[in-house]
Amino acid sequence: MLDELLGRYPYWATAVLMVIGLYGMLLKRSLIKKLIGLNVFQGAVILFFIAGSVKAGATVPVLIDEGATDPALYVNPLPHVLMLTAIVVSAATNGLALALMIRIFDGHRTLDEREILERPART
Amino acid sequence: MTPHLPILIILPLLLGAFVVTLCGLWRPRSAFPLAILAVGASAAASIASLVETARAGAVRYALGGWAPPVGIEYVVDGVSAFVATVVAAVALLVLTATRRMADREMGDRPGLFYGAVLMMLTGLLGIVVTGDLFNVFVFLEISSLATYALIFMGGGRAMIAAFRYLIVGTLGGALYLLGVGYLYFSTGTLNMADTAARLPEILDSPAVLAGAALIFAGLGVKTALVPLHWWLPDAYNYAPSPVTALMAPIATKVAAYAMLRMFLTVFPAGYLAEATPVATVLLVVGLGGAVAGGAAAFAQSDLRRILAYSSIAQVGLIAAGIGLASPLAAAAALFHVMTHAVMKAALFLAAYSVRYRTGEVDIDRMAGLGRAMPWTMLAFTVAAVSMVGVPPTAGFFSKLYLAQAGLAEGLWGVALVVLVSGLLTAAYMVRILERVYLRDAPDGGSAAEAADPPADMLAPALVLASATLVLGLANVPIVTRLLVPAVGP
Repeated sequence: MLDELLGRYPYWATAVLMVIGLYGMLLKRSLIKKLIGLNVFQGAVILFFIAGSVKAGATVPVLIDEGATDPALYVNPLPHVLMLTAIVVSAATNGLALALMIRIFDGHRTLDEREILERPART
Repeated sequence: MTPHLPILIILPLLLGAFVVTLCGLWRPRSAFPLAILAVGASAAASIASLVETARAGAVRYALGGWAPPVGIEYVVDGVSAFVATVVAAVALLVLTATRRMADREMGDRPGLFYGAVLMMLTGLLGIVVTGDLFNVFVFLEISSLATYALIFMGGGRAMIAAFRYLIVGTLGGALYLLGVGYLYFSTGTLNMADTAARLPEILDSPAVLAGAALIFAGLGVKTALVPLHWWLPDAYNYAPSPVTALMAPIATKVAAYAMLRMFLTVFPAGYLAEATPVATVLLVVGLGGAVAGGAAAFAQSDLRRILAYSSIAQVGLIAAGIGLASPLAAAAALFHVMTHAVMKAALFLAAYSVRYRTGEVDIDRMAGLGRAMPWTMLAFTVAAVSMVGVPPTAGFFSKLYLAQAGLAEGLWGVALVVLVSGLLTAAYMVRILERVYLRDAPDGGSAAEAADPPADMLAPALVLASATLVLGLANVPIVTRLLVPAVGP
């Protein structure tokens, strides 16, 4: 039972990271902390995919030795490729979010959500 | 030509997004015609694929020549061709009307605006034509990122609305991706048709159940289903006029289409309705949203907010149709996707024509506009009457089909909610029309001196308004010839 629980530690980490991310996104007032929460949440999803594709004793799927065609020797590269795409998407989202924040800060001189909503922009 | 139709829907938009952005920086005047050209080409490909699928069945396209399920596959079947045609045609009509609004609100860089619009349409139509679960995530994020940027262009309150939408929208995308992960580790494939072929053996697995729940939670955010809807009113309200007019008719509908695709193609027939609570939740949440959205719309006085809450209500009806999980209900949901896209586009165009001429968005200051802007208000009234569901408009028939689908399942509550939602719609629409037609314009107000907008803004609104009548009268062939065969037995 305990081994069962401990053996799946990446999935527990995924769940914990998700809760931390949700906490940051929903309860923090600072926009930058919300964005950090979002990144933690996305990191949890990435961890989930990577943990799910672990294969003991296997290596990168590059055919070095002509004879080594047994699929058991190689890791499935697809989840990793998917996560590369997800990381690219996440980078684009971060870029956009930070650009938005620069403009919001220019207008309000603060990134605190409550203060922004209470005070009208100066521009 | 025919085998390439699926990619031809996407390519003009994707290439156009880059061409328009660059040419717009060089020659600002060139951005608008180029954008129209790109959307027009995509609409033509969509219509061609609608004709082709009605004639010879689904068109499958292996991207880059990699045969599915290894490669990514685009599939245009009856359902996706129909939704693609609705999205592209409505986007084209609305886009023709937005030039003056964009000139006024977007300043001197129209290329950036039209480039982002094309990117948003790339994402939305990509979701419609793709046959790959991960590809849906990529297109979802493409359309979302473009939408955040477009909303943000409104400045002021729009900036915070865009940021909130960015957080919750990306969260929705991440939930969808996690759900796809559960399905992928259960089936070993991302291709929708291949997933459907492998799922029946492992339906007892809790991983499949978790995947379904996460996918629908993620798509629910994008569809703005109550209680995941709260980002929508602010986003629609504060976004620049042309942006709201473009995204309100189509954006949430495409996410609803993705849900329907899960029912039709990915999960085995009956699984979501019988083995999981997903269908029931969709039905309850959809019907609840239809009532709550209508009631919330009645409490608003800003015309854009009324229309935004009305969108939440109408999307609720579409979700309820999907949740009923019968072929007739799916056809009703698809018919309502079309109806709502057409009438919401007409309503928003009329609303923004008023804003263009008078600067007003508050309905209390729209007294007397019926006389000052007769054609604009005619378009608004016809679309509003269709939204209420008065025969022979398309809105009446989509509600009729939905109520019939509910009664066929023995759920008279569905018919009741459809009726109540129609009454609520009538309540808030009459509230607007009473001010517009029956009250006199105050002396010296901007409404008294207003006139109909120029023809290029007025014509699309009138075309869309008359389309609600034409599509209503043509409802039988649309449903029996196109939709019922498309959703299958």
